[in-house]
Amino acid sequence: MPTVALPTRDTARAWRDAARGLLAQDIPPDRVLWHRGDRAADLFAEPPEPMPAGGAMTVPKSFVELAETVCWHSDPERFARLYALLWRLRESRARMTDTADPALSRLREMEKSVRRDKHKMKAFLRFREIDASGPRRRFAAWFEPAHFIAEPLAPFFARRFGDMDWIIVTPDLTLRFTGGEIAFEDGQSRPPLPDDATEELWTTYFRNIFNPARLKVKAMQAEMPRKYWKNLPEAAAIPDMIATAEERARRMQAAAPTLAPARAARITERLRMDQQTPPPADDLDALHRQAAGCERCALYRDATQVVMGEGPRDAPLMVVGEQPGDQEDLAGRPFVGPAGQLFDRIAEEAGLDRSRAFVTNAVKHFKFTPRGKRRIHQKPDAGEVSACRWWLDAERELIRPRLILAMGATAAGALTGRAEGIMKRRGTFEATGDGTPVLLTLHPSYLLRVPNEQAKAAATRDFRGDLALAADWLRDTA
Amino acid sequence: MSKPPLQEKLAILSDAAKYDASCASSGTSRRHSRKGDGLGSTEGSGICHAYAPDGRCISLLKILLTNFCIYDCAYCVNRVSSNVRRARFTVDEVVTLTLEFYRRNYIEGLFLSSGIVKSPDETMGEMVEIARKLRQEHNFRGYIHLKTIPDADPALIEAAGLHADRLSINVELPTDASVAAFAPEKNPATIRRAMADVRLRKEYAGDRSHTGKRPPRFAPAGQSTQMIVGADGADDATILHQSTRLYGSYGLKRVYYSAFSPIPDATDKLPLIRPPLEREHRLYQADWLLRFYGFALDEITGATRDGNLDLAIDPKLAWALTNRAQFPVDVNRASREMLLRVPGFGVKTVNRILTTRRHRTLSYEDLVRMGASMKKARAFVVLRGWTPGALTDSADLRARFAPPPEQLALF
Repeated sequence: MPTVALPTRDTARAWRDAARGLLAQDIPPDRVLWHRGDRAADLFAEPPEPMPAGGAMTVPKSFVELAETVCWHSDPERFARLYALLWRLRESRARMTDTADPALSRLREMEKSVRRDKHKMKAFLRFREIDASGPRRRFAAWFEPAHFIAEPLAPFFARRFGDMDWIIVTPDLTLRFTGGEIAFEDGQSRPPLPDDATEELWTTYFRNIFNPARLKVKAMQAEMPRKYWKNLPEAAAIPDMIATAEERARRMQAAAPTLAPARAARITERLRMDQQTPPPADDLDALHRQAAGCERCALYRDATQVVMGEGPRDAPLMVVGEQPGDQEDLAGRPFVGPAGQLFDRIAEEAGLDRSRAFVTNAVKHFKFTPRGKRRIHQKPDAGEVSACRWWLDAERELIRPRLILAMGATAAGALTGRAEGIMKRRGTFEATGDGTPVLLTLHPSYLLRVPNEQAKAAATRDFRGDLALAADWLRDTA
Repeated sequence: MSKPPLQEKLAILSDAAKYDASCASSGTSRRHSRKGDGLGSTEGSGICHAYAPDGRCISLLKILLTNFCIYDCAYCVNRVSSNVRRARFTVDEVVTLTLEFYRRNYIEGLFLSSGIVKSPDETMGEMVEIARKLRQEHNFRGYIHLKTIPDADPALIEAAGLHADRLSINVELPTDASVAAFAPEKNPATIRRAMADVRLRKEYAGDRSHTGKRPPRFAPAGQSTQMIVGADGADDATILHQSTRLYGSYGLKRVYYSAFSPIPDATDKLPLIRPPLEREHRLYQADWLLRFYGFALDEITGATRDGNLDLAIDPKLAWALTNRAQFPVDVNRASREMLLRVPGFGVKTVNRILTTRRHRTLSYEDLVRMGASMKKARAFVVLRGWTPGALTDSADLRARFAPPPEQLALF
């Protein structure tokens, strides 16, 4: 019977090479004996034959990853189990996706056990500082993993602790990292390590970050089983922390409220004064400050902030859109999102001086429904538009534009009292209640939504024409 | 007053930091120090280096820069009117503690928060300086989480995001009214604007310029927030509405729910209760259903009585029990969306079902091997060799899952 003796270092690669050779010779799993290290071979085993170079079989990537991990398991059966699965993969590669197959399940369990062991070693290994002879500081640790994981973990520790020298001793293998080089040596028993004063600080932290009112000992032990405690400096504090927890929680609850320290009232008083809103610089600023606390409709509850208009105080043109969108809500400024950028571009093409316009919206808070990580825009209803008209009217009162450009049905409704039929009314002049002329047009976000390219081009042309009309009107009436 | 030694400061300032639930150290950019020019690495998943007897993972050095604070938030141990002992770290003390703990493999990095002293800018400025020193002077490549102060200068937030992996701002309580009542100096609108600002900066940092150059990364592990549960009267529907809105609006990585927990020297404004840990747990489950299982908010709140989640059974089971017409589900044919709605099936189980059923028809035993919790699922599924019969519609189905009623404990 062929016997394969795998080396204790680089075991996973050696297994892969051996398995390839066996497959190439068509040797079935029940005729192979595997073991790790130079242990005396099985009495009945034949001496290993020289393996021919690997065959041409390709295996699923998921198998390669599985084997790479399971080879470090401590179960002596692992190599044979892997080879048996590999043998069956020759008939059907699909076995790797049959998650209910008992042989694969067993190997997956072993894989999980190795992964968990590696994770715990990354987590629970503790270094102590030892004397350094060169410029780099030196640290040493002792750890007892359940599987042969020290070797595959060496690169992890080298990536993490790159600027110091360290030694990790395990019963099976010693890792030595000196001046950036990793070296493997034989395993040792637990070495004596000098005391490290930082452990006391760490234990202090561990004791104090614990909340005695939330005692959940089982949850702790599920993740940090007792077998690891002996190497954790902080674990010595655990029994006392558990024993006193309930009493500490009870005392907090029973304690009568104390009198606040004398300075508290003074600090609070000063803070309240600092937080008072300063008097407004001018009327528009005052309006913005008032609007910041607006609760005239329910939209303030879910939006980030109120988004008021902006532009020159003496703007001849006021542009009114529907409502701030996602980007405007975050930035607190109107017309900065995709529709605003489109407006800027087309206004420039149409010869409309954007910097001379006061831009604002009919509704000042963003209305949306959350869907996963996104917010879906929702049209404001008549109640919200009418609640917000108060702010729009106040802005109009302060700016007193010669012309208002109403973009979309919502703006048209807020300014003229009628929202219907915007497609028919666009490109025409109407007026607000107080007689300011209002030029009606489409909302730029409509241009972004039209699915049909031809219709989109037509709508863009119409929109550009309306903006040019506004520019002409302003020039002619100047 | 004499200055306490480092160990005493550490005791005071970690005790003051424990009420922040977040300890995540995952999901940031990959870094390492293999070349010997620095210290630390981040490789995708975080590592919990210890667990305290409260069952919480300890992954980061979670401390306050100082627990002096000019605010008077009723739920907080550090409020100005509390008589707890006060302390303040220097910038270098925090830097040294972080590095020395990291070198001994105690932690993945630093989670730094602070009370507000003098002004928000001054406090935030020192926090940013700590992150800068760690990154630039010590080439520290571990994880840094900074709690940002909403009123601080935007330039400081910008700098914080360049050094830190994660930024967070706590909304603290589920409604604006509760914030006004219990944290009178905090302004919910300012907090939301600060979260909006972080999202915008993160988005700008993701855009290439016209030359194709990428700007420096901004808080690669994103932002998170925390809500205290059980301090005010808000019900679970209100809390979940708030978190849905926060996830949608500000691209948060996580909303943490923190059961209101007794603090030393409590105020009479907010009587102490036993922390509602079970409620916190159910909220996390509901949060997961909303984010990873395709549930809509009204489906989850629709399955509650009086707006609160059922504490005895998990929210997916509660939904399934009130929507039994949609069950049993044929495991061998159902869509991914429907499989995710079966109580006892997690995302992993569903993925395994989908890959394996391409090859063959699944049986009851197959599902057990795949890790499904069949005790829950069996009433809601049909598959080869199993049909729940009248079980799905039986009147006592809920009672089979809910623990038997027990006498209420007098705390």
